[in-house]
Amino acid sequence: MLLIACPYCGEERPELEFRHAGEAHVARPDPIAEIDDAAFEAFFFLRDNPKGLIWERWRHVHGCGRFFNAVRDTVSDRFITTYKAGEVRREVVRDDEGGYQLKGEER
Amino acid sequence: MRNYSIFALAREALRGHRGWEQQWRSPEPKSRYDVIIIGGGGHGLGTAYYLAKEHGVRNIAVLEKGWLGGGNTGRNTTIIRSNYLYDESAALYDHAVKLWEGLAQELNYNVMYSPRGVMMLAHNVHDVQVFQRHIHANRLNGVDNEWLTPEEAKAYCPPLNIARNARYPVMGAALQRRGGTARHDAVAWGYARAASALGVDIIENCAVTGIRRGSNGAVEGVDTGRGFIAANKVGVVAAGHSSVLMEMAGVRMPLESYPLQALVSEPVKPVFPCVVMSNTVHAYISQSDKGELVIGAGTDQYTSYSQTGGLPVLTHTLDAICEMFPAFSRMRMLRSWGGIVDVTPDRSPILSKTPVAGLYVNCGWGTGGFKATPGSAHVFAHTIAQDAPHPINAPFNLERFRTGRLIDEAAAAAVAH
Repeated sequence: MLLIACPYCGEERPELEFRHAGEAHVARPDPIAEIDDAAFEAFFFLRDNPKGLIWERWRHVHGCGRFFNAVRDTVSDRFITTYKAGEVRREVVRDDEGGYQLKGEER
Repeated sequence: MRNYSIFALAREALRGHRGWEQQWRSPEPKSRYDVIIIGGGGHGLGTAYYLAKEHGVRNIAVLEKGWLGGGNTGRNTTIIRSNYLYDESAALYDHAVKLWEGLAQELNYNVMYSPRGVMMLAHNVHDVQVFQRHIHANRLNGVDNEWLTPEEAKAYCPPLNIARNARYPVMGAALQRRGGTARHDAVAWGYARAASALGVDIIENCAVTGIRRGSNGAVEGVDTGRGFIAANKVGVVAAGHSSVLMEMAGVRMPLESYPLQALVSEPVKPVFPCVVMSNTVHAYISQSDKGELVIGAGTDQYTSYSQTGGLPVLTHTLDAICEMFPAFSRMRMLRSWGGIVDVTPDRSPILSKTPVAGLYVNCGWGTGGFKATPGSAHVFAHTIAQDAPHPINAPFNLERFRTGRLIDEAAAAAVAH
């Protein structure tokens, strides 16, 4: 089971308290009624499905109930970081040992 | 290819079994093929077989990054059924069931197709209404499916608990008698042997690392761990890794990949005569010919390529199995697997041409691709050979996510995804 750090509760909690909520940073087009079919397909159906780092949303349904964002490696399922909804996308760099580090916070 | 028969078996028994040939060749890759299929699972090998057999394409390679049937083909619950709600789905899956019925003869390979019946349990009023709607829709499409009372369900599957005070009371069941199981490994091996005999090169341990496109945008070939191989037609049949491969050709797919788990128990004497599925409590179970109980669990909630899956998913399914069949509560589980399945937004597969000339894709089978193996391979071979879809797979195109003509089995499928 995954352990997930909720950035609001400030604590690592078991995955069962959370609900996965899909890709993060997908902006809803505005005004959505005026976009064409291709743009609607891209917004509604096309998703990042990388073998590697994914930026995704989680919701702490059995805790604070709030949505937040996470960066996770989909091969190891290891979380690189979690951060509050609305914050800018966290960039990640690879270190010499093959691990991941937050950009600007490298050791 | 030497034919398998009772006489071949008798001859080899007398000779100490020294005369059996390798079932398929292991050739070095050529520098150019007419068609390259990426993915050596059942769907990919079947596609190569039908391309060679029915469309006269002889210069074909199947590239497999591991070994044949080592992915989801060899690690699934082997359930076969075609009781889907929508006309398009019923046509596709029933096409497969019709091919399953003659597949062992067609391939001269015992795929152990066993139409032992797939029974879906209804536990509440909503289930009863939905399954009866399915039954009526199926029968209009010529797909067998019938309603059973709890007593009839118990007669068909004696271990079933139909007590009215059961935690998940059985209010009836939908039974597809032509549904059942098959031997998953044999499907991959049988298609591989038959395809190899028709001249298809099956190249294992050959991962594709890139898909090359020419200046006009059309496919020119693939880069692999064993060098560049040219081809003007490439079919991607890579299950959970389909979006990774399509990304190499610059095509963004409406797919998300999830771990899906299954597990088997220690083998016991025959106790379970059919396949039982319960959508509401998410449990499905059958018994293999070896005697193991084969149990299917669900997908994890998050996308992943980890090929493991979380323990809560397994325990959730085993909770349901033990409630419905208390006799199994002391069975020991022998093995569990996590395979990566690619799920589309409408839970229907994509069997389609793509925006890239010469690139074809067969993916999005989600949690239930095994049952469709022969039908999927048959129509996909047609799509590649004719550069146009077969009428059966025409609705399962990639453009449907733009046009909105979805085949929305997400809510209507007879099993949870």
